[in-house]
Amino acid sequence: MNDDVLLRVEGVHVRRPGADVLRGVDLSIRRSEIHALLGLNGSGKTSLALTLIGASGYIPERGRIIFDGRDITELGVTERARLGLTLGWQEPARFEGLSVADYIALGMGEPTRECVEDALRAVALSPAAYMGRTVDTALSGGERKRIELAAVYAMQAKLVILDEPDSGIDVLCLADIMNLLRRMAEEGTAILTITHRDDMAAVADRASLMCAGSIVNTGSPAEVREYFARRCRPHEDLLGSQPWGEGAGGSYQEIVREEMCSE
Amino acid sequence: MSDRVTSVLAERDPAWAREFEMMMEAYEEAGGRSDVLQAGRVAKAVVSGNQVLAAQSVEGVEIETEELEDGVRALIKVAPGAKVEHPVHLCFGLMPKEGLQRIISEFDIGAGAEVGFLAHCTFPNAQDVEHVMDAQIHVGPDATMRYSEEHYHGEVGGISVVPTTHATVDEGGRLETAFSLSHGRVGWLAIHFEVDVARQGVVELVAKAYGYAEDHIEVDEVIRLNGEGARGLTKTRVAVRDQASSRIYTTAEGNAAGAVGHMDCTEVVRGGAEARNVPVVIVRHDEARVTHEAAIGSVDRKEVETLMARGLDEEEAVDIIIRGMLG
Repeated sequence: MNDDVLLRVEGVHVRRPGADVLRGVDLSIRRSEIHALLGLNGSGKTSLALTLIGASGYIPERGRIIFDGRDITELGVTERARLGLTLGWQEPARFEGLSVADYIALGMGEPTRECVEDALRAVALSPAAYMGRTVDTALSGGERKRIELAAVYAMQAKLVILDEPDSGIDVLCLADIMNLLRRMAEEGTAILTITHRDDMAAVADRASLMCAGSIVNTGSPAEVREYFARRCRPHEDLLGSQPWGEGAGGSYQEIVREEMCSE
Repeated sequence: MSDRVTSVLAERDPAWAREFEMMMEAYEEAGGRSDVLQAGRVAKAVVSGNQVLAAQSVEGVEIETEELEDGVRALIKVAPGAKVEHPVHLCFGLMPKEGLQRIISEFDIGAGAEVGFLAHCTFPNAQDVEHVMDAQIHVGPDATMRYSEEHYHGEVGGISVVPTTHATVDEGGRLETAFSLSHGRVGWLAIHFEVDVARQGVVELVAKAYGYAEDHIEVDEVIRLNGEGARGLTKTRVAVRDQASSRIYTTAEGNAAGAVGHMDCTEVVRGGAEARNVPVVIVRHDEARVTHEAAIGSVDRKEVETLMARGLDEEEAVDIIIRGMLG
């Protein structure tokens, strides 16, 4: 393996009840790079994220995941996290009675108050206002999302997967999130960020496009965006022109994939 | 314990002093602060078995106690309009391995008064102990009473705790109670709490317990929202593992216009434990509203994996989630 490559996904196939959610995914992430993962809803982006961290129900039937030179395909979530691979969830869980400070400190090797405060400032949250609050339903969606980002930042992992870090974040704070991504990369953390936003993708060094459970294109964000615009037809074109369902020409994802891969 | 207190004790009956020392140690084990308990400006009652080791009234709070054959009777009156600065501290316990302690108490909170109570019940050596509480609470018009009770039962589980409370909240009054038993064994716990709430009154009942081995937890709460605009909440958080069991029965009655009640129950089950929740909703007025929500079962997988993705193993993650819930 090239030393520059931190994560290599080789032909990973994952089946969930009723569907093949990943179909031979090949992907590589370099050290300290920001890599954007693009694709339509349902294309398999979140399934790939959950497969990479080893979440229950996302065990590959085929293929391998090599992280930092080690085959982690059979490892669980905890072991992968301890090797330096973590996830910032799209809709992070809420924890009754767990303080923001404790939540952020959980993933830190040697937690200090200064580091926790620094992580909060990195996502534009005031430590004084948030350290003692609880990671429960009293937080707004945007606040909870930023605390999730602070927690993964505080881990100083080798690879952080961010599932739509921009969703639920107000426009004014988007720049803070983009700055955080750059800061993490500068500090040596590689980032795989799932996004639907062009401006977020533009922060990336490289991008990959997912369709129907596979990576169909990898290149610069501009190249992938151009590929996407040229080959991907809007939902309504497909749904309006063809019946959708069993016995009607295959699933929506299969229709999309045929359209995108036909040229 | 401070030198001042030690010197005070030295002047007293040595047996009394030993009992008091043991109670203070047990009190701290149960989460209390003995230095606060011994501060002069804090109203308090310290009861060991059927002995009243200390009882102190302060301005606005009058505490009367009477020793019974198998326990203590206590009358606690808060004067109308009194804003009691420091919470009233109550410490109940039984040091021997066996025995019965019966606490009969009456709380009378005068109109417009505001008062908090911190109660600690400790039975660190219990092997065959019964602790029975029978309380009457009256919260006067526009008065506020906040009552927090923490228990510590030791590690054997040989205890039966049966607290029964009947409460009334007058117009504009507010009653908040919080019961917690999350350190050490539960043994057998059967809470029964009934409350009648008048116009614009508010009641919040919170109960948290963590049972394991053969522990049994039973919570039976009834809130009757009888007055216009009365509001009530029951919030129950229970975790059981091993062969422990929990039964949560909550009833909320909306009996007047604008009455709003809600019952919120979460029970986490692990191993061979069993949990049950039976909410009863009764509405007797077409402008009242009562709701309930319950989540019973294993700890949410996503919550567990979120913490595992920070490097915690599964047991640590589940423990943090349960401790947070019961915190």
